[in-house]
Amino acid sequence: MIKVDNIDFSYGSVPCLEKISLSLQEGKIYGLLGENGVGKTTLLTLLCGLKQVQKGSIEVDGFTPYRRDVKFLESQFYLPDEVSAENAKAEVFARSNGLFWPDFSIEKFMEIMGIFEMDPGKKMNAMSAGQLKKTWISFALACSTKYLYLDEPTNGLDIPSKAQFRKALMSYTREDSTIVISTHQVKDLENIIDPIIILDRRDVLLNASVQEITDRLFFDYGTTLNPDSLYSEQVPGGFIQVYPNSTGEDSKVNIEALFNTVHKHKDIIKGIFSHEN
Amino acid sequence: MEFDANRPIYLQIADVICDRVLRGELKAEDRIPSVREYGAEIGVNPNTVARTYDILTDRGVLYNKRGIGYFVCEDAAENIVKEEREKFLNEELPNFIKKARLLDISLDEINKVYKNS
Repeated sequence: MIKVDNIDFSYGSVPCLEKISLSLQEGKIYGLLGENGVGKTTLLTLLCGLKQVQKGSIEVDGFTPYRRDVKFLESQFYLPDEVSAENAKAEVFARSNGLFWPDFSIEKFMEIMGIFEMDPGKKMNAMSAGQLKKTWISFALACSTKYLYLDEPTNGLDIPSKAQFRKALMSYTREDSTIVISTHQVKDLENIIDPIIILDRRDVLLNASVQEITDRLFFDYGTTLNPDSLYSEQVPGGFIQVYPNSTGEDSKVNIEALFNTVHKHKDIIKGIFSHEN
Repeated sequence: MEFDANRPIYLQIADVICDRVLRGELKAEDRIPSVREYGAEIGVNPNTVARTYDILTDRGVLYNKRGIGYFVCEDAAENIVKEEREKFLNEELPNFIKKARLLDISLDEINKVYKNS
């Protein structure tokens, strides 16, 4: 369980996150969405203890991340968007660095590399950006941590790798893990992320499961515009529109439309989801 | 797995499982994969698959053996057919008739196609 309570963080005099509160539960794959520069990466680095909050507090299973207790560090893995090209063969790197995580398994690492069709004998500094990312993803998953933070994991992955990534993520993470994935590539992950968090600089605009979202909002893919639409967008064959769900009928979340709706009507959305936050 | 853009994913997965039961690929008392296994296979969040299994349990297609997993019900195929028939008669057929009327297609014409196909 992660509890983020009213935190502030700024880079020098430039404010980044203000008064952010959030709680994250076990066994869920959170999608962390937000416009460029709202502080998604900053939030991830605060959660894993790379940065220190300036106000408020973060608690992860009772640990304060910035104290960096060994027990705490063993329980998490943060995979940044940009990863380092180590001067070592992938397998050798994984074997020696995996020692820091008690549940790391080299067999798992090799299996996940296999899913990605990667050669573990290749030197990491001789890899392409996409290959390097796949090696790091394999390593991150093989560490089997309770907390896993992935910053834009599908950036730079080629077309087949995206499905391989989804498969690896769900086959090799623990059932009780909390996974937080920040992403702009919503199409790559739309069926994986649930709940969805939409972050703004001074607010968490939404933190709700897909079921909560479709209970409250209806995503209409028809040809006629509804007067109650909060958001609509023309697509080939009609419209995608989003309006409050008054009939209780189920629909399929379109994450782009959801994101745009939430941004256009911050207050209305907060009202609709008020008892969730 | 490729999903239809408009229908909730958990219902689309339910459709696939029902189809497989009707085609005989899944038989009574067959064990189906756990929500995590199935989720990984088709690239979908395990919670979504759990919702599918829930509604299929309500519909009498699957049942849960505590701690072991989900299995296909003895009368799964009958239950599916019964529900599909109702859905067809109450939802699809009225729409079909509305459209036929709109296009001025007579019952005789429909009958002819019905007999030939």
